[in-house]
Parts: sequence; structure tokens; C-alpha cells
Amino acid sequence: MISNGTSKTVVKLHVNGETRDVMIRSADTLLETLREQLGLTGAKRACQNGDCGACTVLVNGEPMHACLSLSIETVNQPIMTIEGLRNSSIQQEFVDKWAIQCGYCTPGFILNCHALANKRPDADDETIEEWMQSNLCRCTGYQEIKEAVKSVLQNHKNDSAS
Amino acid sequence: MIPFDFEYYRPESLTEAVQTYETLISQSKTVLYYSGGTEFLTFSRVNQLYADAIIDLKGIPECNVLELQEDQLVIGSAVSLNNITESNLYPLLGQTVKKIADHTSRNKISIGGNLHSRLIYREAVLPLLVADATVKLTGNDGETVHPLKDLFNQELKINPGQFIVQINISKDYTTLPFVSLKKTKISKVGYPVVSIAALVKERQIRAALSGVCPYPFRSSEIESVLNNSSLTKEEKIEKAGTLLPSPIIEDIQASRDYREFVFKNTLLETLEALEAAQA
Repeated sequence: MISNGTSKTVVKLHVNGETRDVMIRSADTLLETLREQLGLTGAKRACQNGDCGACTVLVNGEPMHACLSLSIETVNQPIMTIEGLRNSSIQQEFVDKWAIQCGYCTPGFILNCHALANKRPDADDETIEEWMQSNLCRCTGYQEIKEAVKSVLQNHKNDSAS
Repeated sequence: MIPFDFEYYRPESLTEAVQTYETLISQSKTVLYYSGGTEFLTFSRVNQLYADAIIDLKGIPECNVLELQEDQLVIGSAVSLNNITESNLYPLLGQTVKKIADHTSRNKISIGGNLHSRLIYREAVLPLLVADATVKLTGNDGETVHPLKDLFNQELKINPGQFIVQINISKDYTTLPFVSLKKTKISKVGYPVVSIAALVKERQIRAALSGVCPYPFRSSEIESVLNNSSLTKEEKIEKAGTLLPSPIIEDIQASRDYREFVFKNTLLETLEALEAAQA
């Protein structure tokens, strides 16, 4: 049985392909641990209530709100933050489609879109919208983001067909 | 930041979970069972929930089952809402839970957690009530199975120390004509002004509602009216509006009058959709 008391304990988290020691309280959220212990500030602190998606990370390849996960829950599970995503097609499409303005929401959007492209390469418009409703942007429009996702999915289809 | 410390336990068996609970209670600790944990985190962050210890049920195999076993659909309490939707094993349940929170949150929210929610909506219960689901509980008295309707009266009422292991639904219910509708104030992600799950079994409509009254409910009186073939649709809807188990709520989502208007329109939409589904 995994257990942790009320005092701070060192546990290992598997983040971005590396095993990292972190000293946590049971009450620490994954967002706090990533930012304050590992310096991975790509996951943004915003609503801390699971409403905005700015803290989205991938746990076992699934998008998760890091503010709604305890760090201790993610022991033994692969975690990916935006710092671990390099040269992905979705990042390039965000640039090409101008799907960025201030950038605060962008890491969360990109990780969610990356997971969508991996898990649902055949996603239709309704599915794309359903996934994207998890993330809020307050300065750019959502249209450019949808275009970036659609472009990645279309490129995957073209690559598969050729 | 959660402003208090607590102990965390992740047992790997039902017995270990119950024993852990009993040990912690004997130490006079406040103990909560934990699964998705989204409400625990959001409420404890603002000091509206407290625990000395939490017992995470996600490591228990029985709580993660999601499969047809002979003539029963078995759903473990720790199964996420997205896994239920993606399995498509009970489409009415899948479509209803798909409207709870947002997609990313539904990777974390478990069905057991939604049934225990401190919020008034608990929409996952609607398709379970209309399907006469049963619930397997465990606790220090061992495992017991109960009709969900016997445990769910406005909210889930089980003894301290007990937790839901699994929910069982007869396979017969999973293929019936159904409709799932949710009306929100503005956006697609939001609390319901009105949410309804309905199906037709043996030509009889069964319907459960959330958002209208301060708790989810299935009403035999309302179903009786909806199935009264001597009434027009409009008469059924007017009569159903007089049979609600509590006054219609009024809050930031909707005024009482507007909610009544949406309730009646949603009921009409439901009747028409069920007619079409049976055609």
C-alpha cells in the first residue's frame, strides 16, 4: 500500500522521462510540486479550481488539471509537462496559425491538443470542441487554436495515406 | 494550497481499505474515502472540507472494473466518467456523464465521486435510477448489495465507513431507447438549469431529473402522468409541473420562473425525442 503521513516525505516522480526526487506533503498538488520543487513553470497557476486548463499536464498520456491532482497520486505514473514536449507538430501549428497571444494558456492548450491528436487522430469537430472546452483563453480567439488542431489531424491523415 | 495536512493511504484491496479506515477511526481521526478527488481538492483548498486522512480507492481492482459480466454491466466506483463514455457500454449513462464538468476534469472525476458529490446535481445518478441499478457496498460489516433507489434519497445515504465498490445494471437496460438532455445558463460546460435522463422500457417512460429541485430525483407520480395516453403532450407537461417533489430552485443559474419554462420545454423535447427513438 502506498502511504504518506502528515510530514514532508521524499518520493520519486517520473516527469518528462526523468525520475526526480521531490519532498512533498500529502496535501501538495501536482501543480505546486512541478512549479515549486522542479521549476517546471510551464504548468500555469490560475483558477486552481479545475476550471481554466492553464495547469494542464499529461498523466499516463491523458490530460489532467495539475491543480486537481495530488502529487502523491501520481507516484509511479509518467507525467509530461510542456517542458518535455519538444518539436511537436502541434507546437509548430500553433505558431503557423497564430494561435498564441499572451501565451499564458498556451502550454495547457498545447498539451491537451497533443493528447487529442495522439488518442483521437480521427476526431471530428464535435470531439475537438469537447476537448478544447477544458481550456480557457482570454485574449486570442479560439478559431486559430481549432485550426491548429485540425491542421495537425489532417497532416496525420495525409501522412498515414501516403 | 490546501491549508491543512493529512495522511494519504492507497490500499490495494477492499479488506485493506476497510481495515485502514477502522484503524484511523479508532485513533479519532476524520477519514474520507477518496477516488477522483476533484471535489476534495477544490473544497479543502477553501477550508470547506477537512480530513486527517484520506483513503484513495483507485488502487483497488474491484473499484476499477468496467465490463459486461453475463447479464450485468459492472462499473467500479473509481472508473472515470470519460472511461464510461468511451466504453459506450450504457450509452444513456455515457451521454449523461459526458455533460458533467469539462473533458479534462472527466479524466479525473469518478462515478463514485459524482454520486457522493456535495453539489446538488449528481447527474450520474439519473441514468442509474431509471435503470434500477444496484450498488455493492463494503464496510466493516462486509459486502452488501442494495437497490440504488433504497440508498439514494436526495443524496446517497450510506453508513460511515462504507463505500461503493461497484454499480450493477441489468444489460437489458443498456440497449433501450433513451434521451439525455442538459440545459445550462450559457455555455456547454456548466451546472444544469435542467438535466434529464429518460428511457423507454416496455412502452413506459422512465425519467429522472436534476437541476430543477435541490436534489436529483425520479418520480413515479411524474412518470405516471407521462405514460398516461389519455393526455396530450401539453397536458402531461402541465401536470408534471405540479408534481415536482420540491419547489423549483432559484439561483444564479436561473430564476424560478425561467427554470420552470426550461423544465417544461425540456420535457416536451424529451417526449418528442423518445417518440422518434421508438419510431
